[in-house]
Amino acid sequence: MSIRLEHLNYIYSSGTSYEKHALKDINLTILHGEFVGIIGHTGSGKSTLIQHLNGLIRAGSGKLYYNDKNIYEDGYNMKELRNQVGLVFQYPEHQLFEVDVITDVCFGPKNQGLSPEECRERALEALKLVGLKEKYYEVSPFELSGGQKRRAAIAGVLAMRPKVLVLDEPTAGLDPKGRDDILEQIAYLHKQTDMTVILVSHSMEDIARFADRIIVMNHGEVMYNDEPKKVFAHYRELEKVGLAAPQVTYMMHDLRERGFAVDTEATTVEEAADEIMRVLETKR
Amino acid sequence: MIRDITIGQYYPAKSILHRLDPRVKLVSTLLYLISLFLFRSISGYIVATLFLAGIIRASKVPFRHIVKGLKPIIMLLMITVFFNLFLTRDGEVLFHKWIFTITEGGLRTAVYMAIRLIYLIIGSSLMTFTTTPNELTDGIEKLLYPLNRIHVPVHEVAMMMSIALRFIPILLEETDKIMKAQIARGADLESGNMVQRVKSMIPILVPLFVSAFRRANDLAMAMEARCYRGGEGRTKMKPLCYRTRDRIAYMVVIVYVIGVFLIGKYVPLRVWIF
Repeated sequence: MSIRLEHLNYIYSSGTSYEKHALKDINLTILHGEFVGIIGHTGSGKSTLIQHLNGLIRAGSGKLYYNDKNIYEDGYNMKELRNQVGLVFQYPEHQLFEVDVITDVCFGPKNQGLSPEECRERALEALKLVGLKEKYYEVSPFELSGGQKRRAAIAGVLAMRPKVLVLDEPTAGLDPKGRDDILEQIAYLHKQTDMTVILVSHSMEDIARFADRIIVMNHGEVMYNDEPKKVFAHYRELEKVGLAAPQVTYMMHDLRERGFAVDTEATTVEEAADEIMRVLETKR
Repeated sequence: MIRDITIGQYYPAKSILHRLDPRVKLVSTLLYLISLFLFRSISGYIVATLFLAGIIRASKVPFRHIVKGLKPIIMLLMITVFFNLFLTRDGEVLFHKWIFTITEGGLRTAVYMAIRLIYLIIGSSLMTFTTTPNELTDGIEKLLYPLNRIHVPVHEVAMMMSIALRFIPILLEETDKIMKAQIARGADLESGNMVQRVKSMIPILVPLFVSAFRRANDLAMAMEARCYRGGEGRTKMKPLCYRTRDRIAYMVVIVYVIGVFLIGKYVPLRVWIF
């Protein structure tokens, strides 16, 4: 159960003056059950990359293996691939269309050919997972607030019970509380089930908190592909490409420079606090 | 997938055609279209072809790109050729089988018609390739300004046009995104009979309408926030004014129109039936 990309290339509007080499020779492996964060500035090819994962965009050249099967081979069942790799787009609430929330969430399972009872069962399960209150199930999705719409839309993908969940900036435009809620629910989901999660984000803090591994994209290329601590150690290089390490990293480096013997590898506030406590205690 | 439509879209390049005043391009295109119907002889077509080739060269738009824009009209072209070819009865019969008869006149009209149509499309798409939608509406507004006297709301019409044009790429992009999102949720847009296919468009059309209204609403709000209140007393950031190159361009076009008319009329050149 893995996704493997080999020498993947993609060019937008090939052969015109708008030509843009969006992905350059991408080689990646994403293992089953991993929580991977993809980060990069606007236009670095993140969104293009993830649309390859369920076959929405066909690579110009290169190979993409899902469970060791090349998806570009003739006769590959794309529909099955899309059932297994669920993709939540940026601003997914813009895809809502049904008369009420639950029917909208049922759209995915219905396309999978499930019976109406099964669809409903899955929809209820998904809505519970994203934490949308029951009183909203029969309401028109257009009457919900932004955060609630987002949850309903994510539920629409979860109801298909994908093996791999790809989220393209699921927290863009949400308030801090809504952001934390959604990310925590995704992390919870990842722990509860054996789902692979690929999270695209601008925010280093968000990714540092949850991802086992970070992929940094820059101008269509993979710049770093490593665990968070090691990626953030390159915080100066990250800055040069318009990104930044989490604020904690800066603070830890600062402390160290001022002669405070902390380990700079902490990536979350909690880790940093523990580390500072540790040093303080040894000092005493 | 849906972004491949090239007809009527701006093609950024640095050419003399791109720099011309939009009014020149509008008027010239109109004159050029009229000129295509001023002659009926091979010599006229040669002049028109040379002129068009020169313009294409000067526009720096790749020929391949222009040809790609012709794709959507192939059907129309075929129908026109078909009817002209088989329904015109004029002159000697060249071919006859069952109900199909091709006459000299039919072949001639069909070929001329096809060339004219293609030149028509190329000529007018060259205008849109080299003129941004904003310039285009600016040009139209200025050209039609005299109609204001008879209470035609020229500015409002031009504003509506530029908004409509501006929204085309935005809505195309939006459609593309929504389509992808629904395909990712297992929507099947390609198979099934007519009714099923129309039904399968609902998950795309509803979000598209909602987003179009949302965007229209946002735009109206943004315009109001910047005190937009119609064209009265409104000044332009880049007011249009004619330069030397624009006057030369007018001259070239006028010389061409007169030339093609005279050559088409008085230079006899016959090849077979044409």
